[in-house]
Amino acid sequence: MSEQTQAFNIDTVDNAAVTPEVELPWAELGLKDNEFAEIVKILGRRPTAAELAMYSVMWSEHCSYKSTKTHLSQFGKKVTEEMKKDLMVGMGENAGVTDLGDGWAVTFKIESHNSPSYVEPYQGAATGIGGIVRDIISMGARPIAVMDPLRFGAIDHEDSQRVVHGVVSGIGGYGNSLGLPNIGGETVFDPIYQGNPLVNALAVGALRHEDLRLANASGVGNKVVLFGARTGGDGIGGASVLASESFDDTKPSKRPAVQVGDPFAEKVLIECCLELFKASLVEGIQDLGAAGISCATSELAANGDGGMNVELTNVLLRDSTLTPGEILMSESQERMMAVVSPQNVEAFEAVMAKWNVEYSWLGEVTDDNRLTITWNGEVIVDVDPSTVAVDGPEYNRPYARPEWQDALQADTFRSSEAGKNLPASGEELKAAVLQLIASPNMCDKSWITRQYDRYVGGNTALASPDDAGVVRIDEETGLGVAIATDANGRYTYLDPYAGAQLALAESYRNVATSGAIPAAVSDCLNYGSPEDPDVMWQLAEGIRGLSDACMELGVPVTGGNVSLYNQTGDKAIHPTPVVATLGKLDDVARRTPSGWREEADGQAIYLIGTTKDELDGSEFANLRGHLGGLPPKVDLAAEKALGAILINASRDGMIDSAHDLSEGGLAAALSEMVLRYGVGARVALDEIKSRDGIDAFTALFSESQARALVAVPRSEEVRFNDMTSARGVTVARLGVVDAQSGALEVQGEFTVSVDDLREAHEGTMEKYFG
Amino acid sequence: MSTELPLIGDYSTPTAELSGARIGVVTFPGTLDDRDAARAVRAAGAQAVSLWHADTDLQDVDAVVIPGGFSYGDYLRAGAISRFAPMMGKIVDAANSDAKLPVLGICNGFQILTEAHLLPGSMIKNDHLKFICRDQVLRVENNQTAWTNGYEAGQEITIVLKNQDGQYVADEKTLDMLQGEGRVAFSYVGWNPNGSRRSIAGITNEAGNVVGLMPHPEHAIEAGFGPDHRGTDGLTFFTSVLTHLVGGKK
Repeated sequence: MSEQTQAFNIDTVDNAAVTPEVELPWAELGLKDNEFAEIVKILGRRPTAAELAMYSVMWSEHCSYKSTKTHLSQFGKKVTEEMKKDLMVGMGENAGVTDLGDGWAVTFKIESHNSPSYVEPYQGAATGIGGIVRDIISMGARPIAVMDPLRFGAIDHEDSQRVVHGVVSGIGGYGNSLGLPNIGGETVFDPIYQGNPLVNALAVGALRHEDLRLANASGVGNKVVLFGARTGGDGIGGASVLASESFDDTKPSKRPAVQVGDPFAEKVLIECCLELFKASLVEGIQDLGAAGISCATSELAANGDGGMNVELTNVLLRDSTLTPGEILMSESQERMMAVVSPQNVEAFEAVMAKWNVEYSWLGEVTDDNRLTITWNGEVIVDVDPSTVAVDGPEYNRPYARPEWQDALQADTFRSSEAGKNLPASGEELKAAVLQLIASPNMCDKSWITRQYDRYVGGNTALASPDDAGVVRIDEETGLGVAIATDANGRYTYLDPYAGAQLALAESYRNVATSGAIPAAVSDCLNYGSPEDPDVMWQLAEGIRGLSDACMELGVPVTGGNVSLYNQTGDKAIHPTPVVATLGKLDDVARRTPSGWREEADGQAIYLIGTTKDELDGSEFANLRGHLGGLPPKVDLAAEKALGAILINASRDGMIDSAHDLSEGGLAAALSEMVLRYGVGARVALDEIKSRDGIDAFTALFSESQARALVAVPRSEEVRFNDMTSARGVTVARLGVVDAQSGALEVQGEFTVSVDDLREAHEGTMEKYFG
Repeated sequence: MSTELPLIGDYSTPTAELSGARIGVVTFPGTLDDRDAARAVRAAGAQAVSLWHADTDLQDVDAVVIPGGFSYGDYLRAGAISRFAPMMGKIVDAANSDAKLPVLGICNGFQILTEAHLLPGSMIKNDHLKFICRDQVLRVENNQTAWTNGYEAGQEITIVLKNQDGQYVADEKTLDMLQGEGRVAFSYVGWNPNGSRRSIAGITNEAGNVVGLMPHPEHAIEAGFGPDHRGTDGLTFFTSVLTHLVGGKK
């Protein structure tokens, strides 16, 4: 160890007070000059090295939301009393909690782990699952399922091999080892994500009301304990350096900033925490994720009613050469911090011994409103915890509608070269359907999902490729939840306000399609650099659009995450707000699957909703390399009406299967319903062509919103038609399920065999990733 | 202590047992499918008894299920550490005793049974090197064991397969012996999902009281939650052992 490092190690508060001239590496740690000046002002002196480390990570974009706070507040404001009714814990905690009734509650959250997953795909994706699962445990819940919306670069780009294989095996390797079923997600390929893949992870947990736990340190004299894995040198500065800056070829490799996961340690930690909760042995609990001990100590102290003393040399280390600053910043995985009252210390230690989990007592809760951290008794941190955890910087970053937005919106698909010579004959339409369902975005993704355990737990009622993942929570009553995640970066690029609303509309629709009543939303806002006014405008419009739509649909946002700086050089990703909607099912046995089986032979197939000429931003336009115009029109009232139909029809047994129409329109939805169980159908487009004034091509490939396909048993048709007409919802009877034909027949246009559909649909992922 | 219920997500009234049978379900650190196995035991009408790896009391159970998962994170080699658990010592003794305690090892449980030398052979990484989760068709090759007597010989069943290290291997002599003596309990039908020698999915010991297999019968016991959300072909494992315990069949 060099002289310099030794000196760095013992930079005490007393030393800082008398050595104002010492140069500190604040810029390297990601702080701006005004931010450093603010820290000096708060402390009335220069920070110590350890304090600088804490402020730098906690004031990073990733932890402080400094560019978005001012906009995100809309999610808290645009809320009605009705929307708050079932909300037990809202935004700001580790995850939001929603009441399900019967004493049950559910907590869920979606988060990004984008940058680490590009630098080191396996570990980045794995620890993304690990982190979100610990958020769920921190609420006192048992995690019950995970989902993962993924966006990669071009399917045929050589680097996609590295990223896709790594990310998928990382999610599988970690999630499968935790015993959590992976019930869905999405996979999108687009060159715009080449250097900035999006790896979002969602976890959901269930708890009894009385098991709810929050992250705060209360009760003077209560003990602070760190338990789980030891602290190592991995993930140092992950939040500040990696997640809060753009990638740049000229900078050195950031691999050391990526954490390394151990799923076995996490699985043991889950069981160990649940045992602590059951015996009521912890007063407050916080997981260690971004910013590690800096975050856990300052947030626990800031949310509690006093202060906290911590002796940092008590932290168990994997690497004894770590400096105090590194220990504070390390993002080593599988660690938790808890506050335990003195009378529970012995019982706490017994649980640790049973599960063979290492722990160390770091200090205790005080009443002086200070977070004091010592190193061998010498004070190296003495701060007001709120200044670290809560009152970070806040920016009103300039934003403006990009100059190019008008030209982009004027460039419609129909008016472009790509929009000429559209398929019209039966043969051309058939070829287009096969091309569509074989395309990277629309092809079968079971190459990915079969690497995930979807059965563990025995409560999975629906999973990918169904519209929503459905998990049972209470075996006695069948009470459960449905979750779907959706986003469309192309729509959002064309219109950031509408695009965010369309993401919500689709996930809301997917949840309703499964038969569940939408109840809560979590969002992961993936955008480029907030320092670019164009991107900042996309972000501001996205948040405004999403919060308006949540209000209109009556579903509150309970938490989520913002991921910025997803850009390489000055090329930002498409704005990609991923929206997860959670719905409630009183009995998961009533959930609606997304395809028909043989015994559905003869059931009537209805299309709910109307079809307009909406091809801008569509998958068909994407096949021809076109992106311009305006995305499909948002109609939230129609979405609500459609949702009500799907939920009621499911509850009353009027429909046996249902699938929403989204990317790829009717062509994709029909093909997917046929392929779900390999059972054919006969349909005709005449009615919707004349009613909606469109041609067969538009009927098949338009991506008009608020539509779904349902299969209705013959005995229920009268009731179904009565219900839809009473509610003023447009339906068309397209045809019937045909279990004998082995084909999808679009009468008067084309017939394609189930085998040909399957070959097209299932070959693509295999071809590229084997 | 009676059945240990899940810590969170429990429902406090276990179904009335149809039989007095007590079937132990072992939990190691990293075990994942213990709740599922306990549910399968209850669905068959028996009482599930939770057995902790570090304990040495078999609690008078009539049979034992060693469920799947990643005990000890598969560190060193799947099952290699778990076989040394105190509870495993008791199980091995009871399985080899005159009483011939019925033991079923599923997935990681099968790996542990081979490590503990209750069953021959071993599992290595799947030949395609990936984790695989799918609905798998098996053929019942031996319906004379404690865990398979409710099936017809040659019956094809669909249960869940999910594993990373599922490729069954053994030397040629052992494979010949297993096939010659009818000790292959299950074979994969159609596609061999992991490269297992001679498509072997599960085997039994000579006495027929110990059975191990890679696929998961406990995930196919309840309509709506099994293979493609409806198969229940796995329940017969758990009803078979009850038949065996009352002396119905071997």
